[in-house]
Amino acid sequence: MGDHVDDCTFFRAEIERLTDRLYGVALRLTGNPAAAEDLVSEAVLKAWSNLGQLEDRQCFPKWVLRILTNAFVSGCRKTSHEPTIALDEEGEERFSLFEQLHQPFLLWWSNPERELISKLLRKDVERALDNLPDGLRVVVVMVEIEGFSYAEVAAMLDIPIGTVRSRLSRARSTLQRALWRQAREAGLTTAA
Amino acid sequence: MTRSDPIRCEEVISHLLEYLDGEIDAEKRRQIDRHLQECRGCFSRAEFEKELRKKVQQLGRQKPPRSLQRRLKALIDQF
Repeated sequence: MGDHVDDCTFFRAEIERLTDRLYGVALRLTGNPAAAEDLVSEAVLKAWSNLGQLEDRQCFPKWVLRILTNAFVSGCRKTSHEPTIALDEEGEERFSLFEQLHQPFLLWWSNPERELISKLLRKDVERALDNLPDGLRVVVVMVEIEGFSYAEVAAMLDIPIGTVRSRLSRARSTLQRALWRQAREAGLTTAA
Repeated sequence: MTRSDPIRCEEVISHLLEYLDGEIDAEKRRQIDRHLQECRGCFSRAEFEKELRKKVQQLGRQKPPRSLQRRLKALIDQF
């Protein structure tokens, strides 16, 4: 009984502490507030059911994020919205925002790339990320936001590690190209 | 202990994102670390990519709506 109370106290405190993170990740994965709420609830329920399997409670944040991400991926598979299948694997030319902005011969007080970073709003980056095709967005969220290794992403998505690398590279190019387009439309940069 | 061979800017740039992801071997990491201490152009590029990555990482936290907070509380109260 004591253990159950301790478990409940620990679990409640951790979930309360992590709710903004779980919801943020779920929102980026699903792109939909209602679906994100469902996904977080599903992950919390699964985490509680499997709490006994968690050996090191220091690892709870990453463990529960993995449960949430696995729930998302298996939900996509069930509804045939497999994020890793509907993707055109053909690559496109690599794009670097830094290369568009950087001017090596400018004097020290002018730094267009730093200026652009400081002007980018959360909603600008959100728009660029949320508009990525599902199969690309998912790998960026898993690696850059959740902090999973390439090997972990490969295992969770059931794809070769080389495919993780190529999708990530393509996702970053596409994301930076979108930010470049948005920045020019909003007049945030004067670079050609 | 032997010093690793220096590498060129092109090679650093081609491995930069994997370097920032912590997905390269120790030898290559040492080479890139050393290059970034000496090459201003590559250093600027690495700093830019890190800053952009921070902006993306910030999207992983979002204030949850009250409806979700209520739902989770009700769920955990049942445990």
